[in-house]
Amino acid sequence: MNSSNSGNVGIVIVSHSPKIAEGAADMVRQMVGSAVPLAWTGGDIDGGLGTNVAGILEAIEAAWSPAGVAVLVDLGGAETNSEMAVEMLPEDRRARVVVCNAPVVEGAVIAATESSGGSPLAAVKRSAEEFYA
Amino acid sequence: MHDAHASRPSETPVPLTASAVLVNKVGLHARPSVKLTQCAKGFAAKIELALAVDGPWTDAKSPVKVMRVKAPQGATLHFRVTGPDGKAALAAVLALVHDGFGEA
Repeated sequence: MNSSNSGNVGIVIVSHSPKIAEGAADMVRQMVGSAVPLAWTGGDIDGGLGTNVAGILEAIEAAWSPAGVAVLVDLGGAETNSEMAVEMLPEDRRARVVVCNAPVVEGAVIAATESSGGSPLAAVKRSAEEFYA
Repeated sequence: MHDAHASRPSETPVPLTASAVLVNKVGLHARPSVKLTQCAKGFAAKIELALAVDGPWTDAKSPVKVMRVKAPQGATLHFRVTGPDGKAALAAVLALVHDGFGEA
């Protein structure tokens, strides 16, 4: 069913805590499988709690898919830095990256589940955001 | 199975239905829900599930909605499937439930 992952929407997890980001990514891998490009980032540039734009850009690059990338974030700065990272992407990629309004752990699992079935970016975002619907 | 309406398979008027008992320990929690929706998404057919034979019906392709059903171990899952590949879809989801979603 998921013989190829190249076309599936990529998932990026951004948390203030690298442990949370990595743990959420572990949950995605174990529950959804490896049919989805996945990357995580967390922590500020000094290794403390926080997020940084460069790290988010790297994660988007690592999870890049022609179908786009859905970004799951936790609190405030994770969202604003993610939006900043999206702004800094090349123009042709910018429109294919969305920041989801969803809880970071649950949203990542659900977004990846949706993506693993080959759904387009809009459907992946919508599904993750069902948690707040 | 071909008849006068064979050219319009999406309008299959009567859905296929079947049920299966949840055997895995945790019931339809997160991981089984993900597996079920992934399986359901592999088919074009509309696939719904319910805890009672008369509903309310939940879209089996939505992981969030499936998890909200919170079906426990021992619950009977009813499936209602409509679409050209409905028969195969029904067989696949039933197999998954019977198999306990690959869990103990």
